[in-house]
Amino acid sequence: MPTTNAVNGSNYLTYQGKYKGLLGWILSTDHKRIGLLYLYSICVMFCVGVLLGLAMKFELLAPGKTIMDAQTYNATFTVHGVIMIFMVVIPGLPAVFGNLMMPIMIGAEDVAFPKLNLLSWWLYVLGVILVLCALIFGEGTPDTGWTFYAPYSFKTGTNLLPAIFGAFVLGFSSILTGLNFLVTIHRERCPGMKWTKLPLFVWTLYGTAWIQLLATPVVGITLVLVALERLFNIGVFDPALGGDPILYQHLFWIYSHPAVYIMILPAMGAISEIIPTFSQKHIFGYKAIIASTLSIAFVGYLVWGHHMFTAGMSGTAQYYFSLLTFIVSIPSAIKVFNWISTMYKGSINIQTPFYWAVSFIFVFMVGGLSGLVLGALAADIYVHDTAFVVAHFHYIVFGGTGFAFFAAIHYWFPKIFGRMYDTAWANIGWLVFTIGFLALYSPMFYLGMMGMPRRYYDYLPEFHGGNILSTFGSWIMVTGFIIILVNLIRSAKKGEPAEVNPWKSKTLEWTVPSPPPVLNFETEPFLTEEDGPYNYE
Amino acid sequence: MEEHVHHVEHPDMYDPESSKIGMWLFIFTELLLFGGLFLVYAVYRYMNADAFHLAAEQLNTTIGAFNTVILLISSMTVAMATTALQKGHKKIAIGLVAVTFLIGVGFLINKWIEWGVKFDHGIWPGSEHMLETMSQGEILFFGLYFVMTGLHGVHIIVGMIIMGYAIRGLLNGKVNAERPSLLDNCGLYWHLVDLIWIFLFPLFYLIT
Repeated sequence: MPTTNAVNGSNYLTYQGKYKGLLGWILSTDHKRIGLLYLYSICVMFCVGVLLGLAMKFELLAPGKTIMDAQTYNATFTVHGVIMIFMVVIPGLPAVFGNLMMPIMIGAEDVAFPKLNLLSWWLYVLGVILVLCALIFGEGTPDTGWTFYAPYSFKTGTNLLPAIFGAFVLGFSSILTGLNFLVTIHRERCPGMKWTKLPLFVWTLYGTAWIQLLATPVVGITLVLVALERLFNIGVFDPALGGDPILYQHLFWIYSHPAVYIMILPAMGAISEIIPTFSQKHIFGYKAIIASTLSIAFVGYLVWGHHMFTAGMSGTAQYYFSLLTFIVSIPSAIKVFNWISTMYKGSINIQTPFYWAVSFIFVFMVGGLSGLVLGALAADIYVHDTAFVVAHFHYIVFGGTGFAFFAAIHYWFPKIFGRMYDTAWANIGWLVFTIGFLALYSPMFYLGMMGMPRRYYDYLPEFHGGNILSTFGSWIMVTGFIIILVNLIRSAKKGEPAEVNPWKSKTLEWTVPSPPPVLNFETEPFLTEEDGPYNYE
Repeated sequence: MEEHVHHVEHPDMYDPESSKIGMWLFIFTELLLFGGLFLVYAVYRYMNADAFHLAAEQLNTTIGAFNTVILLISSMTVAMATTALQKGHKKIAIGLVAVTFLIGVGFLINKWIEWGVKFDHGIWPGSEHMLETMSQGEILFFGLYFVMTGLHGVHIIVGMIIMGYAIRGLLNGKVNAERPSLLDNCGLYWHLVDLIWIFLFPLFYLIT
């Protein structure tokens, strides 16, 4: 086992292949370089999305027009949604940490199809450019919301086509990543890496990849149909020509609900790596976590109707969708019990990733339980389309996936860059960010319960107090984010060289030098009967 | 000789099993892509049974049947090409892929003629003729007809592009009896294209 740090030697960050400079990165087929390309592009898009979110919160600081009119506000939440969903949280953990770490975790040199992997990143960039075209050119920024609901999506005069094609291309990128990971996990595992010894992050990527592969094409064809509706009036979603707009919603959510699990499953996987490492204890219920991962991936296909309870659906269908929604929450709860039981009687080492992981559990619980309020038919009638819904999915998508992303970056950072970050600043960043997050989204639960609708630039005076707290929260959260970002960027260049295995973890990526060499392992690793991802003493 | 330069980052990782699994997974994706359309078709057929019946009678079953037959033959020729390569008959393999390619061209020409006739009768999505004389069910039928056969046509073209690469590989020797993956996958994809047509043909032409 190597014990030296490779920060000054030859590693994947410094080696020179066929091309020099920037070309050596954007044309590299090395999975770690592609992972970093995703990390940088996703961070840029995340910053754009955050700025739009800040603008929206600023608009809601006071009733009436504060900084923008209604049309601008509609465009802002549309672009915020499109960027955050399609460009940040869906590719977030799989494309960044899946690429950076998954092949090393299973003892492989690379993914099964390295060139296809590079193509996925290029498609991602193409998708981003297409969406940006929708903002810059044409008669106005799309204002439909990220869901592109029919019939407004083909009636609006704004420049929607590039955004739709962009989302389609981003979906294609996601499909190819999923396909690549599935083949990699099936074919590239090192000797002794049985399915029952696979790290849980890899298992969740496996479940995610199936969803990416089988759900994304449905939204792909749906978006194509909307585009054709705009271009040629084919009529399938146009009530004037006999089409049914509700059918659009069904097709859209057949993908977009499973997409929620594309976002959250790898997040759960990252947390399942971090908790045992910082508890120095075998994960509690390894097989239960795998089973719950696969059942989430499966049952997640069957609950899309809960997005449409008030859109017009038979009572029978509503009962089934509501029941299945309650059922799909069970595997998520199982995971929470597993994480907490793993900590019980462990030797807990409180470090930055662990702070993020436990705060993930907290915000995820709040998000999940508020989801049950929305999944219950009677309660949904009351709170649907209010700020309550916005609070719920930000607790899940941002609180869940976002917190897990920060946990993962602080966990794998020493491996990725071969340098350690400043832990004091990292902890301060976490604290400020978490306080800001809670202040930003918690008031929205209250505002929604009181009846404040979502997606309006204006509100009644009685909602003023909650909105002030929420807007202040957004400023605190962004302050925390800046602290985290500056700390990480500075540490990637100037941090102390990191050890090979700073957290004393048992998974394979911690056996290779930091940063890893080009082909990951000097000799092909193998696992004996006693080895395992969580076999702590 | 160029081979050595290309793979600094990755020593040769040729694995026919992986590429076959990859292709099958891609086929699943394609099936679900069309699955969405079949779902839309099923819903609107259920809602507009009579109109779909009327509209389907306007399609030319003869051309449709002819296209079905030649596409089935092309599936056979591409399968024969795979077998020929396994047995080491490279020239026969190239010839059979070329025949498959030509049948693809023939299919597209027929489709072109078929669409052309419809255009001549004023039938295309959003045309005045359709909006003024047809019921909503018939408009939906033809909307779906153009979308689904059009998307299938795009897949035919993609299949033919892959065939072009397969022929190039066979000619320069990169695809051979030991490394047949590109040809195998080309064949698999072509069977998928064929399979989808096997469903489109009865749904639009035969069920009246």
